[in-house]
Amino acid sequence: MLGKKAKPRILFLTISLLISSLIIFLILKSLEENVVYFFSPSEIYNKTNISLDKKIRVGGLVKENSLLKEDTSIKFIITDLKNEIIVSYEGLLPNLFSEGKGVIAQGKLKDKKYFIADTILAKHDENYMPPEVSKALKKTNN
Amino acid sequence: MFKNLLPHKILTLTNSLIKNLLSIMILIISLALLFALFFSPPDYIQGDSVRIMYVHVPSSFISLGLFSIIGIISILNLTLKIKFIPLIAKSLAPIGFAFTLISIVTGSLWGKPTWGIWWVWDARLTSMLILLLFYCLYILVWKIVRNYEKANKISSIIGILGLLNLPVIRYSVDWWNTLHQPSSITLTSAPTIHYTMIIPLVIMLIGLLIYSLIVFLMRYKIELIKLKLKKRNIK
Repeated sequence: MLGKKAKPRILFLTISLLISSLIIFLILKSLEENVVYFFSPSEIYNKTNISLDKKIRVGGLVKENSLLKEDTSIKFIITDLKNEIIVSYEGLLPNLFSEGKGVIAQGKLKDKKYFIADTILAKHDENYMPPEVSKALKKTNN
Repeated sequence: MFKNLLPHKILTLTNSLIKNLLSIMILIISLALLFALFFSPPDYIQGDSVRIMYVHVPSSFISLGLFSIIGIISILNLTLKIKFIPLIAKSLAPIGFAFTLISIVTGSLWGKPTWGIWWVWDARLTSMLILLLFYCLYILVWKIVRNYEKANKISSIIGILGLLNLPVIRYSVDWWNTLHQPSSITLTSAPTIHYTMIIPLVIMLIGLLIYSLIVFLMRYKIELIKLKLKKRNIK
């Protein structure tokens, strides 16, 4: 079915495809630190070469009952259910920010357990449902 | 199905087929809009902004799907050298470009009220922007390079390189931490979207797919006619 000329072309194309995927894989692998948008509290806990002056992002869940508000200064805890980081922040919170939900804080670490944020982003998860369903789910869980 | 894309079939394509498809499309998209805007419930956290998803998700889906077709055609084109198949990819590219743009714009409109920010450089959003650039490059090569054979070759290489970006887009949310949420609908597990919200999503997807088909048929027919005219001029 294939012409005589087609075979070397297919071979050449397959090899160049494999090589370019390998190159892309290696580039992404080496850039992993930059490709990840945020670190979890555990990743920060396990990190050895941490810099306190560099801006980073920490993400996880807002711990239940950890939110403290005084005027515009806000404190809460980001947890990944293994490790925790206290976040302090001054400013407005996004509408979808709430306890038990995903959050990403951008700013600088003071130490491994304390983070000073200048921006707070709410992270939405992959669950979509009407309010009644969510209520019903909560009832069955309790 | 592929046989229907052969030049002689397309060239005898009547306008009535396109008109029929057009009325079906208008019907389906109106139905999808009714579901999206009125019959479907608001989300328990996002409220009404969940309705943006009914355009965002089908657009993203189509933009990825069309580029995978362009990529596969590019491979076939460089290996088998069938005369008319690059014209299929050439006709699909502007449609894919439009849907990528729609996906990015609606995503950013959703991001502001949900995340609190229009745009971030996380892996999903960045790889989607790269897809847009690949579409741009692909279209520009056909526009700028005068020599047909040359344009055909360069655009195919771009199509193949862009193909490698597609798994990065799809799995970016699983491989790295991203602000963008993971996929709600996958082949392997139950969807995490309530069924009342899947209905408008699927209807809209069908409507937009028919739209893509219509635009594709029109463009492809014109490309084939152009090719014929060129051949006649050379003779």
